[in-house]
Amino acid sequence: MPMAQVPNWIPAAPELFIAVMIMALLMFGVFQKHQSAADEVRTAGYVSNLSVTVLALGILITIAFSGDRVEIFNNLFVTDPFAVFTKVLVLIGAGVTIIMAQSFLVRHKMARFEYPILILFAVLGMMMMISANNLMALYLGLELQSLSLYVIASFQRDDARSTEAGLKYFVLGALASGMLLYGMSLIYGFTGSTDFVQIAQSLSKDAADGPGLGIIFGIVFILAGLAFKVSAVPFHMWTPDVYEGAPTPVTAFFAIAPKIAALALFMRVMIGPFGGLVAEWQQIVVFISMASMLLGAFAALSQTNIKRLMAYSSIGHVGYALIGIAAGTEAGIQGVLIYLSIYLVMNLGTFACILCMRRGDQMVELISDLAGLGKTHKMLALAFTIFMFSMAGIPPLAGFIGKLYIFMAAINAELYALAIVGVLASVVSSVYYLRIVKIMYFDDVTDSLDRPVEKSIGWILTLSGLFVVVLTLIPGPIMDSAKIAAASLFAG
Amino acid sequence: MESLVASYLPILIFLGVAVGIAVIAIVASVLAATQRPDVEKNSPYECGFEPFDDARHKFDVRFYLVAILFIIFDLEVAFLFPWAVSLGQIGMFGFWSMIVFLGVLTIGFIYEWRKGALEWE
Repeated sequence: MPMAQVPNWIPAAPELFIAVMIMALLMFGVFQKHQSAADEVRTAGYVSNLSVTVLALGILITIAFSGDRVEIFNNLFVTDPFAVFTKVLVLIGAGVTIIMAQSFLVRHKMARFEYPILILFAVLGMMMMISANNLMALYLGLELQSLSLYVIASFQRDDARSTEAGLKYFVLGALASGMLLYGMSLIYGFTGSTDFVQIAQSLSKDAADGPGLGIIFGIVFILAGLAFKVSAVPFHMWTPDVYEGAPTPVTAFFAIAPKIAALALFMRVMIGPFGGLVAEWQQIVVFISMASMLLGAFAALSQTNIKRLMAYSSIGHVGYALIGIAAGTEAGIQGVLIYLSIYLVMNLGTFACILCMRRGDQMVELISDLAGLGKTHKMLALAFTIFMFSMAGIPPLAGFIGKLYIFMAAINAELYALAIVGVLASVVSSVYYLRIVKIMYFDDVTDSLDRPVEKSIGWILTLSGLFVVVLTLIPGPIMDSAKIAAASLFAG
Repeated sequence: MESLVASYLPILIFLGVAVGIAVIAIVASVLAATQRPDVEKNSPYECGFEPFDDARHKFDVRFYLVAILFIIFDLEVAFLFPWAVSLGQIGMFGFWSMIVFLGVLTIGFIYEWRKGALEWE
């Protein structure tokens, strides 16, 4: 037998660490005593805390092993500053949403130790997606993520709405995966490779007489599949139902980590293998971006359920992020990365507020339930106001900086129409963000929400609120690392 | 072109052998065995179900569970065949990769065992 030829696995250390830890936690959880309901809750608590520790260590390992672009495992897997930046965002988002979920799960009698483990599996899939350098690796990561998400969506399995959310997500997700695979098979057929670098080379070789019809079809199908995963407009139908039906901490997770990972994948695929065909895909991305922003702005106006409103809000935010991708420039990608980091923090804060909306230990989800919050819960209302102003993009807050970079990139890429539509949609969307503020401060108290706010949620609110307020004063670190990350995507 | 077609000759021979064996089995059973047909013997066989029944029929969710658990190990075997054939070329790294893969599957198996998924009641 030939000697062992061990490949360089160091760049994949964060993924390997998380994969090993998932299995260790699974064994730890299943070998605990499970005689009573109290045992279940205790095990769930242990595994949940350990999962947060694993994610925190994952961030440290990701940063410790960061460096220049390296391709390993026969070029299936790539790490570069871009991957490190987006992986850290995903890990933060997942860790904080696990913390937010803890008491909710106990209260709703669904504290099972599988919940954080499924989130870890989804995170592992997302990290694989972000580091994919081959259509096959891309698909593997995407499916590991999606399959875990389908299960988490229906985690409250005796609740009809939760199971409906899971089933809807599964059926439509499978359809999108089918389209993605069809597009990938066309690309493979017409370029002869699934490797991103080789696809790019093969496409640049016949650049003179333009890409063939088959390539265009392949790109359109891949775009459609990816647009479904980020819930951009013609493929957004599942979002409001799934967000409303899934348990609230799950919705928080859905709105944050998978979006960031899927947008990162979107950027890598569009700039990497199809970077030479900007002229071909730009109009498609411009269209889905405009449509997402407009639908996000107008459809949210008439919503009464806050989770549904957040679903439309997230569709709108994806539209803004797509502006940066449509620009197809380094500044555009930098803008998207900054936007995503700010989006992460704003959404963590907002969902922490939504998790405080309880009355007599039952979750309430109507916007009108917030009436008079400014009088009964002063600090919570203040935090909610900050996040809403930031989401709307009002100047001194972080949300403004994100939009500023995106719109600047669009103007520099001469996408004037897109920038104008973006600004207009942003004005329309501020109506519903500000309506929440108005309801909290100027409507009469009907029935007060439960007090006090849990300690962990209070900390999340404080930290994310501070971030949103202070970012304008010290934007340096995020701007610089986003710049390096964006540059690394174009260097590869 | 000729050599391309010629390379499919073994498949043609295989098809002939397969058809031959099938015909021999049926003919031999007609000629040599005692035939004592009844209703149950003549009806098409389907595991666990009446052959002619309403298709919209409720059946136990545990069938799905068993099917899913079975699929995992079915796929495992499907992976093991190409691995076993190419073991000479892939070396120690290939060998240990499969052992790690089997380890991951075992962890899943221990989980389902401890969870009681293998018990029918």
